Amino acid sequence: MKVSYNWLKKYLDLDMPAKDLAEKIERTAVEVDSVDVAEEGLKKLVVGHILSMTNHPDSDHLHICSVDVGEESPLQIVCGAPNVAADQKVIVALPGSRIGGNVKIKRSKMRGVESEGMICALDEIGFSKDVVPKEWADGIYVFDDSVPVGEPVYHYLGMDDPIIDLDVTPNRGDMLSILGTVHELAAIYDQKPDIQKPVVKEAADLNAADELKASADETLAKTYKLRVIKGVKVAPSPAWLQITLWNAGIRPINNVVDVTNYILLKYGQPLHSFDKDKIKGNVQVRLAKKGEQIKTLDEEDHDLSSEDIVIADSERPIAIAGVMGGYNTQIDDQTKAVALESAIFDSIRIRKTAQRHVLHSEASQRFERGINPDGVEDALNEAANMIQELAGGQITKGIVTASEYHPKLPTIFITAERTNHVLGTDLSLSDIQAIFDRLGFISQQADDGLNVTIPARRWDIHIEADLFEEIARIYGYDQLPATLPTGRQTIGTLTPAQKLDRATRHALEGLGLTQAISYSLTTATKAQLFLMRQSKLTKLLSPMTQDHSTLRMNLLSGLLDDVAYNHAHKVNDVALYEIGRVFYKDSDEQVRPDEVAHVAGVVTGNFTAASWNNHVHPVDFYDLKGIVNQLIENLGINGELSYTATDKYPEMHPGRTADISIHGHYVGFIGQVHPKVAKQFKIKETYAFELNLQTLIELPKSDDQYHPISKYPSVERDISFLVDHEVTNEQVVDLMKKRGGAYLHDIHLFDIYEGKNIPAGKKSMAYSLLYVNPRETLKDEVVTAAFEKIKKRLTDELNAEIR
Amino acid sequence: MSLRDKLTEIKQKGLADIDSAVDLKKLNEIRVHLLGKKGPITATLRGIKDLPVEERPEVGSYANKIRDAITQAVAAHREDLEDAALNKQLAAEKIDVTLPGKPVAQGQPHVIQQIIDEFVDLFLGMGYQVLQGPEVESDKYNFEMMNLPKNHPARDMQDTFYLSKEFLMRSQTSPMQARALEKHDFSKGPLKMISPGIVYRRDTDDPTHSHQFHQVEGLVIDRHVTMADLKGTLLTMAQKIFGDRFDIRLRPSYFPFTEPSVEVDITCFNCMGKGCDVCKHTGWIEVLGAGMVHPNVLEMAGVDSKVYGGFAFGVGPDRFAMLKYGVDDIRDFYLDDVRFLDQFDKRGN
Repeated sequence: MKVSYNWLKKYLDLDMPAKDLAEKIERTAVEVDSVDVAEEGLKKLVVGHILSMTNHPDSDHLHICSVDVGEESPLQIVCGAPNVAADQKVIVALPGSRIGGNVKIKRSKMRGVESEGMICALDEIGFSKDVVPKEWADGIYVFDDSVPVGEPVYHYLGMDDPIIDLDVTPNRGDMLSILGTVHELAAIYDQKPDIQKPVVKEAADLNAADELKASADETLAKTYKLRVIKGVKVAPSPAWLQITLWNAGIRPINNVVDVTNYILLKYGQPLHSFDKDKIKGNVQVRLAKKGEQIKTLDEEDHDLSSEDIVIADSERPIAIAGVMGGYNTQIDDQTKAVALESAIFDSIRIRKTAQRHVLHSEASQRFERGINPDGVEDALNEAANMIQELAGGQITKGIVTASEYHPKLPTIFITAERTNHVLGTDLSLSDIQAIFDRLGFISQQADDGLNVTIPARRWDIHIEADLFEEIARIYGYDQLPATLPTGRQTIGTLTPAQKLDRATRHALEGLGLTQAISYSLTTATKAQLFLMRQSKLTKLLSPMTQDHSTLRMNLLSGLLDDVAYNHAHKVNDVALYEIGRVFYKDSDEQVRPDEVAHVAGVVTGNFTAASWNNHVHPVDFYDLKGIVNQLIENLGINGELSYTATDKYPEMHPGRTADISIHGHYVGFIGQVHPKVAKQFKIKETYAFELNLQTLIELPKSDDQYHPISKYPSVERDISFLVDHEVTNEQVVDLMKKRGGAYLHDIHLFDIYEGKNIPAGKKSMAYSLLYVNPRETLKDEVVTAAFEKIKKRLTDELNAEIR
Repeated sequence: MSLRDKLTEIKQKGLADIDSAVDLKKLNEIRVHLLGKKGPITATLRGIKDLPVEERPEVGSYANKIRDAITQAVAAHREDLEDAALNKQLAAEKIDVTLPGKPVAQGQPHVIQQIIDEFVDLFLGMGYQVLQGPEVESDKYNFEMMNLPKNHPARDMQDTFYLSKEFLMRSQTSPMQARALEKHDFSKGPLKMISPGIVYRRDTDDPTHSHQFHQVEGLVIDRHVTMADLKGTLLTMAQKIFGDRFDIRLRPSYFPFTEPSVEVDITCFNCMGKGCDVCKHTGWIEVLGAGMVHPNVLEMAGVDSKVYGGFAFGVGPDRFAMLKYGVDDIRDFYLDDVRFLDQFDKRGN
């Protein structure tokens, strides 16, 4: 809400700079978006009087004006506005002036004729076109005759008035009005505002009841009141009213509509004016009927929903209640009688209607946030008075009331003890009472506390906690002490699962992978790549884009997107990991997916940067396998880690992918991304793994990780042999473990070779075997016997040729 | 010439020879020659049998002294020669220490993770537990239990991704308040928790909006927890994460699940409170929302609001990271550009 500082000053004694006032509001009530003074940045704009005007010799639309700007001799200014005429008082930008958009005006020649400045339209000096009255929309602005020539224009256009734009929170609908803001400032500055209750000047011999009958469904409109003013003459409003409206961002229309908007700003009570003579029969407030249509004031047609509240006459809807009036009953130049409506409509319905028809008006905004039930009639009366003053006519006697509602004012009991208990303050009951006095809440001492009666204008206050907020903010949040909670001690510690999550991150980072965070919402296609189990898709009901429409069921597709982004930006070496959730569903009937924590990683390019002494090789399967091995080892999970070749993942290289399991539990997979998939993602050769982190966390851990180091020397024996190409490392190691004897402690593959000097279909493998006896020094013959046994078994079982 | 004089001469010549040895080989030859069985000392001592018996021990002992002197001289000269050889070798081994070191592979935490970990560590130290909740939430926990019944106007404030009428992508971490309150056994002590996690909003991604971002929820409930405690806790948080020079201020605000509700500003990072374009010349930057937990939230979760109460706050690590480092586009956090990620603190705090 754009609030005029000058308007506030009519009710309160305020003399601080607008910026200070705004800061005070921000720290005590609601946020302030901006404080603007329209004249700032403008220079040398004065009121000029057009003494005479002649046509430009070389133009069919330009005029040469002689303009008195209060100096010794008049200026000659060329003007092309269609409405320019002699004897007007106008806005003159003098030579050397600055107008809207930071434009400088200089002496110039227009088609050969000298022009000493410019006669301005409102939008040329910074006004938004949305607020310029229709009569000035296509030409220059003309002052009324009372404005003194030669004076700066700002004051006469309201441009010297600081406008404070309040960003009102949903609970403070009361501050969407000048009077509400005045009450708030009165509390902040401890003043008593001067607010007069309007006394309506009714005509003795005309009865409203004779003019109009109205009925209302009270569930739709708790209060619905009409007044009728007869014999009005519709015309533009006086300058002061136009200024008030345009400073609030509302376009002035005419002296009837402008009054309703002025009252809306002042009271926060939306009013609507109908041309009474266009209403056919009786007025009723009801839900729209199926198939009903209405053209609103903005000349848009709307198909009404049976959920919309409408104001209807006996034949048709004449307004969308609380949102916008109907074109069929609008005030026009010929209007003679006005039916003025002041009401409270159901806030939820208004909100939904405004959304449904995309019609968010000043009125609907206020009905949504709530209306002061005490102000409905005052607003109506003051509006009637103003219309009568500005447009003439007579206010008929009485109010046509279709429904009426006077809420019982809530009384809340509050004690100083409770207040201090919650706020951490040390306030006395009289301190608290003084705050309520400032707020204008009536409070009475009762027992050890106060009974506080909440005025109708503060419909946001219902409970004790609401009053704590009032006390705290008026007392001042800056004055609150800053303490830390005391009381019973608590132990802050990570859970075992949280520690493992951290350990996983630290391990992977230590191993060279950087943490990525990608989007959980992806495309339906990407969601179902790299699946570790069968799952149905989980889709959003109304996604913003198809790119983020479906919950991911894998982390890898997001990481591949990341790789693609890096590749597209010429970063070829990428090593990333991510920990995040994937979302599985067993069936389409299951609505809420299971959330499972995964960890995934990708590496591509070189693992370390090439350098003068670093001869890099592109990452391969085994680089990544080493990382995964180390990660799993770090987590200390019980049981054997095994890799089994698999071709079951369509997105992975069928010959370079393995399922990973620990102690027989499947935990994930590792391998090369299928070249076809890599091509689709526009990435280079990439290796990837994805593990079910939840399983890793849940699998039993070995707490006893310590084994004494043998004091006796170990014995190392190397063995090298030829086997068929198809024989796997796992076969060899399994055999060695099985047949290696009690002292075989470690098996280490140190060479593998195929090619030159090796028969086709064969490969050479070389292992180093470490023998340890923790209890005594190993005898050479014991080791030799065990070693010979392995040689024999390799020969017998794997057809190895020992070298 | 007496035997003794002969030995003295051998010694003097021997020491001179040792000193003049230029390398270890030569030195060894001299040593072998002087001390060996065919050497001059042994040869001279053969004459000892011609001496009177009483003089023999004295000459024998003198010969031993000379042997010792020669042995020591050889050892000393050997050390000198070895040092010289080593120094020569070291001089030849000199390298260019300004050449780059060998690159190693090292990853690092995502900048948002770093901020979250800072929060987590700080609050662990203050006795908070860390809770995690589902990212797919029910309408009940995300809204209704947070005092946002259906048709509440504040539901418009956060447009939400729904999966069905009942389930949605959580739009805030606040549902963890209700979940924690329901589970907590107050007979065992106060509830003090933070809950970091991902949240989702139905926003179009742009420099200041992301449909996915992070929040850290905080909640403290006990018999006597005050708004002053909230202020002190947030001040501690600001100063521990950003530095002691930072101050906070509370401003009234509105959240359905807290009353009183406040927005919390922190001293502007850019101008340290002097006023600049970043803080719109206020000296303050809005960083989080907080308040005293609304009695309805407590009651709906089965906690007696007349006995228990406390505060809650919600922080956005994305926003914190943007402010702390001056990142001007929130989308940068989710592109995972290696060049972007590698810049941030590697200390792993």
